[in-house]
Amino acid sequence: MTTSRSGDEPLLKVSSVSKYYGTRIGCENVSFELWPGEVLAVVGESGSGKTTLLNCLSTRLMPTSGTVSYRMRDGIFRDLYRMSEAERRFLMRTDWGFVHQNPADGLRMTVSAGANVGERLMAIGDRHYGNIRATASDWLGRVEIPGDRIDDEPRAFSGGMRQRLQIARNLVTGPRLVFMDEPTGGLDVSVQARLLDLLRGLVHDMGLAAIVVTHDLAVARLLSHRMIVMKDGHVVETGLTDRILDDPHAPYTQLLVSSILQV
Amino acid sequence: MSTGTIARYNFAYLDEQTKRMIRRAILKGIAIPGYQVPFASREMPMPYGWGTGGVQVTASVIGPGDVLKVIDQGADDTTNAVSIRAFFQKVAEVAVTTHTGEATIIQTRHRIPEKPLQEGQILVYQVPIPEPLRFLEPRETETRKMHALEEYGLMHVKLYEDIAKHGHIATTYAYPVKVEGRYVMDPSPTPKFDNPKMHMSPALQLFGAGREKRIYAIPPYTRVESLDFEDHPFEIQKFDQPCALCGGTDVYLDEVILDDRGGRMFVCSDTDHCEERREAGHTGHMSEEAAQ
Repeated sequence: MTTSRSGDEPLLKVSSVSKYYGTRIGCENVSFELWPGEVLAVVGESGSGKTTLLNCLSTRLMPTSGTVSYRMRDGIFRDLYRMSEAERRFLMRTDWGFVHQNPADGLRMTVSAGANVGERLMAIGDRHYGNIRATASDWLGRVEIPGDRIDDEPRAFSGGMRQRLQIARNLVTGPRLVFMDEPTGGLDVSVQARLLDLLRGLVHDMGLAAIVVTHDLAVARLLSHRMIVMKDGHVVETGLTDRILDDPHAPYTQLLVSSILQV
Repeated sequence: MSTGTIARYNFAYLDEQTKRMIRRAILKGIAIPGYQVPFASREMPMPYGWGTGGVQVTASVIGPGDVLKVIDQGADDTTNAVSIRAFFQKVAEVAVTTHTGEATIIQTRHRIPEKPLQEGQILVYQVPIPEPLRFLEPRETETRKMHALEEYGLMHVKLYEDIAKHGHIATTYAYPVKVEGRYVMDPSPTPKFDNPKMHMSPALQLFGAGREKRIYAIPPYTRVESLDFEDHPFEIQKFDQPCALCGGTDVYLDEVILDDRGGRMFVCSDTDHCEERREAGHTGHMSEEAAQ
């Protein structure tokens, strides 16, 4: 029953979300809906309010006005900012993931890779060491980290490996929605390409919905189905990714698309 | 109390207002077992790390009729124990003892006495770092939130790391416990050998951290469970030989180096327990009777 209904209803409903920092605008009057299995890219230049918007959606920053509601696993929509903090935090570590630009923000750098992946399992009550370790090992394999690195600390990992570890740590509880803030920022292009490939596969296999904030249009092109273009805290254009990149309507989007270097 | 022209101490050193403040914190701690109650810790005439928290708790609960025992690493005759005992003899003029059975208040630095505690006894722990989550989560705001929301997954991350690195849970002291099924608590630097003694103990257990300004408590007959994994259950230390002096088994032993040629002996860490056993005629392989 839920599977037939899940395709008919959005996963996340955002209506008129605004965030002001004093008199300055962080983001203003943003509305959209995100559907199960859909990847939405939020693009724009630095300071355009992408990250503010992402934080408002992921309960990390309370919006000044507007509502964000999420369809829970029981099919009922809940306003995120009317839930108790305990419920929000539980949601964040079970049904959601958050991939930070800097892996050090999302990982525990002083505990082993296995424990980093296992933490969420232990947080939801898994108390069997053998099972936790087996799951962690399986996930390291899925993000292409060699099995013999399971007891190494992320400090000993390269940037690309850290980012893949962060992804594994987020996906281990089988979330339905993942937020990503510049997931490929700071990685060199070949590592970026591998990471994007991996992400695309995982998103597809797990049927994940994702909101990806990026200033890199190539990332948006490869990962996302739909795009939101932001400028100065406002949404200037939304639409299917291919349509926006191939046929941008808003003057700012045209500028953005044309400013990509063609090699 | 001494007479004279110089300022006099109040009974048990602290003034009555301070004691009331600390007693309120203790009562709150007893009402919420395992919860760390902030309190306005005072400067004491000893450095932090020497038991300033424990001394303040003891000073607040002690009365003229109490009999005090102080142990450090289980021993009644080490510097810390001797000086704190002398302190209370001087400022409270209370009777002191080294016998666990005779004491009404026992202040301890590391051990819980081997002799089972009774109803009416109070065990006061000196605590260096009260926050069990501290080494994994440095932010106090965050750890308080985690306690409030009962988010204790992180504690198992620590135990996971132990097993991953050493093949077993290698934490041997300050082993985290869950009190009455709710708060995760650090039992201060007691060896995990003593953790089972906290469970359903008839005695009142009070914990004072002077530098960190926290008091917490375990009321009598409270469930205290050591955290573990299903496939790596909690275990206490085991010793493969008895005490060299009293022959005691099932006790916590200290290793004592005898010379620079590898000579060593294992003796009871609880000196009172060892003495009582020897008086009762028990001997170990290195006791005087055995040597004759």
